[in-house]
Amino acid sequence: MIWLGVLACAVGCYALKVAGLSVPASVLERPLVQRIADLLPVALLAALIAVQVFSGDGRSLTVDARLAGLGAAVVALLLRAPFLVVVVASALTAALIRLAG
Amino acid sequence: MPTPDPPLDPAERRRIVSDSIAVSVATGAYGISFGAIGVSSGLDVLQTCALSLLVFTGASQFAFVGVIAAGGAPLLGAASGLLLGVRNTLYGLRLAPLLDWHGARRTAAAHLVIDESTAMSVTRDSTAAARVGFLTTGLGVFSLWNLSTLIGALAGDALGDPRDYGLDSAVGGAFLALLWPRLNTPTARLTAILAAVLATVLVPLTPAGIPVLAAGVVALGLGLRGRDGTGADS
Repeated sequence: MIWLGVLACAVGCYALKVAGLSVPASVLERPLVQRIADLLPVALLAALIAVQVFSGDGRSLTVDARLAGLGAAVVALLLRAPFLVVVVASALTAALIRLAG
Repeated sequence: MPTPDPPLDPAERRRIVSDSIAVSVATGAYGISFGAIGVSSGLDVLQTCALSLLVFTGASQFAFVGVIAAGGAPLLGAASGLLLGVRNTLYGLRLAPLLDWHGARRTAAAHLVIDESTAMSVTRDSTAAARVGFLTTGLGVFSLWNLSTLIGALAGDALGDPRDYGLDSAVGGAFLALLWPRLNTPTARLTAILAAVLATVLVPLTPAGIPVLAAGVVALGLGLRGRDGTGADS
């Protein structure tokens, strides 16, 4: 079933790319379309972070080493670290806390 | 390749190519983290590599594996990935007149429409320069992203329990790094906060995958609110 998801995501994402190159530019010039399209990735990424950090086993919320990992990512971003450094800092922090705990 | 512009100055071409290669190397490298996170989320190496080859847009791929890792249905993962892929449509709208490709070329070029290839071409002032930036970055990222995904997936597979290495935490860090540069307006920050709160509240109440999709409603609501000029950048 994972393959079905992979293929659906692939076909859909490619269709979205083709649509952009093919649709008349006037669609983009509507400010409402532009605003929603700008905010959509913001909302989704923020939600993904929340789910990723707080969801426990099954349908539950937990606070654990992942929150510290997220904190480390914030610090790295404030220091203008590149993507890979942010990801590694986050992983390393969570790993060290689990090792200590 | 025919172009209506005068030929590109060789020095400018070299500069665009070297800038594009630098971006490709930096972006391609984090395919390693995608590969490792993919296999630790419950996908096999082939599925993880298929995402990089066929979906080829980083945030959507991370979203897909994020939903799978949380125990969500693969089709919900695909839906989350699609919502994040909407921005590529907007990139395409901006790129189409600049790149000026039609037919089979346009169909092929579409697969390379991503954050980085757009950034490296949309600011150029001629079609020839835009095409060099788009193709060098697009093909550069595509090659390195897929190669590093494979390396990360194979390494991640050999590591054992991904939690020991904090790989579950790495996903949150990766999303935050993708989100960070987008938090540049008050509306964007408000959207992020409301979306995160809504998703957290929904985690215990709904099946995995739904909280993220529901957050899309926040973007819709705040986007609509900006219509009368009171919202968007106040």
